[in-house]
Amino acid sequence: MIAELFAGVSTRARVLLVLLAVVMLAAPLVLDRYLVSVLILVCLAAYTGQAWNILLGFAGLLSLGHALYLGLAAYISAGLYVHFGIGPWLGVFPAVAVCVAVAALLGWLAFRFRIEGVYFALLTIAFAEVARIGFDHIGFTGGAGGFFLPVRSEDQGQWWNLRSGPTFFYYLALLLAAGAFLLCAVLRRSRLGHRWLAVREDPEAAQALGIHINRARMSALLLSAGMTGIAGVFQAFYANNLFPSQIFDISRSIDLILAPIIGGVGTLFGPILGAFVLAPLGEVLISITGAIGLNAPGTKALVFGLFLMAIIAGVPTGLWPRLASLLRLRSVGR
Amino acid sequence: MTLSLYLEVLLQGILTGLVYGLMALGLSVIFGVVRVVNFAHGEFAVLAMYAAFVLFTALHVDPILAAIPVAALFFVIGWLLQRFVVQPFIVRPQHDQFILLVGLAIVLVNALLMIFGPDSRHTNLSYSYDSWFIGPIIVDKVRAYAAAAAVVVSAALFAFFRFTLLGTAIRACADNLTGAAVVGLDVKKLYALTFGLGLACAGAAGAIMVALTDVTPMLAPSFTLLAFTIVIVGGLGSMAGALLGGLLIGVVEALASILVEPSMKSMVSFALLVGVLAFRPQGLVGKPA
Repeated sequence: MIAELFAGVSTRARVLLVLLAVVMLAAPLVLDRYLVSVLILVCLAAYTGQAWNILLGFAGLLSLGHALYLGLAAYISAGLYVHFGIGPWLGVFPAVAVCVAVAALLGWLAFRFRIEGVYFALLTIAFAEVARIGFDHIGFTGGAGGFFLPVRSEDQGQWWNLRSGPTFFYYLALLLAAGAFLLCAVLRRSRLGHRWLAVREDPEAAQALGIHINRARMSALLLSAGMTGIAGVFQAFYANNLFPSQIFDISRSIDLILAPIIGGVGTLFGPILGAFVLAPLGEVLISITGAIGLNAPGTKALVFGLFLMAIIAGVPTGLWPRLASLLRLRSVGR
Repeated sequence: MTLSLYLEVLLQGILTGLVYGLMALGLSVIFGVVRVVNFAHGEFAVLAMYAAFVLFTALHVDPILAAIPVAALFFVIGWLLQRFVVQPFIVRPQHDQFILLVGLAIVLVNALLMIFGPDSRHTNLSYSYDSWFIGPIIVDKVRAYAAAAAVVVSAALFAFFRFTLLGTAIRACADNLTGAAVVGLDVKKLYALTFGLGLACAGAAGAIMVALTDVTPMLAPSFTLLAFTIVIVGGLGSMAGALLGGLLIGVVEALASILVEPSMKSMVSFALLVGVLAFRPQGLVGKPA
């Protein structure tokens, strides 16, 4: 199956891919703590970017509320750990299950009446907002005051509870990013993947061919939501604090979609490239603006907003197809 | 006693809802004609709130009167925005347009954040706390003035679309784009005009809103959502629907804030949105697709 994936990929591309894998695997051996933390952000953004890309890039549905799944899974896994002592490796299952169930509800509401495009995007935002306001009022997980995971020195090294150092989190994030990439590569060539593309390009023609539009869309939505949920569990145990006003916020949803849009919607490498561009750019911006005394988060978001507008106006296919042709890879546009 | 409380809250909701309706009207007009969803609508409304706030603190201009110059300014901004930024996106996929305006929304809200900071700003009008008594009901003066101003602006817009040649031409573009182009209408110009009018609504509504609530940049995304909720509840593309939706949401939020909890009021309007999408996706006024 893996060998099949590489059929039609040029030697040049294969060499670069192996090189990337080696560099990423070796990175924590040479980099300091801070740079590793930046790389964790890169891997996480690449992972969530792949998940979101399945929905817009493959199935043609724009979600602007993916923070919903991130937050739900984060809160559920954290709640299970703090209140019942259930570790994240077990907690991830109910967390993802709830994400999938909520996504199913959203999809059921939306697809029954052919709610698509703007209406769909809006519905996703509304769901995330309801969760944000709702979690503000749930005392069990701290409400608006935030929910905190205990950070105790005696827990350190408990990898089974995700209580570990940055290197551990880095390899976990790398595993997630690589896994999502491979999964998307497989899906892209699968029957399901072709159905998604058919529905994205022309729903009516797809239906005429016997493709069940709603089922295709629903499968993309559920998969995307479940994958984003896994990132939520990671986020909860990595950050150790959760605030409804942050994790469910619309700005979080937008953060999730920046990498694939800038890298290239619908491409396999777009989310990865986008993550590599954005996370370091964000860090650089924060340190520069912090140094000259500007409002750092505001400036970073402002620059990202301008960047987003520039990309969508000037390079609507994203940066990856450009880079791919620059590197003379065969996989142009993929 | 309690009945008069409910009546009071109901009236408050209606009056605030009229201002919401004006804001949503702008969104509805832009979508109805240009077929572009202005995702930065609430951000522009908040920008207008700051404009009115600055006019008030610097020149002591009443925010409700400031609606006129602010609306004029926003008309020009909307015109330019359509001409130079949105027009090239008219033929692009819908999600590209959406992402462009999301980008613009991020830029606006963070620019406001950098200039004014995250603190909420209060406009202290001389008549802020004045009220009238109608029987047992207390009516806030400022809210009544704000609602009246919103009604005047909405009526002017209705009259423009109904009775002027230009308004008719814009409606022609909305009804049949090809037909409009065939009879020689300058569609690009009319689009720019419409976008200008839509932002003028947001501008006027924002300026009026300063009289009613404190302003912070964080209001912006919630206003965008509010405008969308109103427009979808009322029926996308229907001007009357936008005003009706505004009234409805205003009342629902006002009632929710006494029946449930003030901080959960927007949850109730989202529930309404989900209900409408589930059972009557064309909106209350819209025709079935």
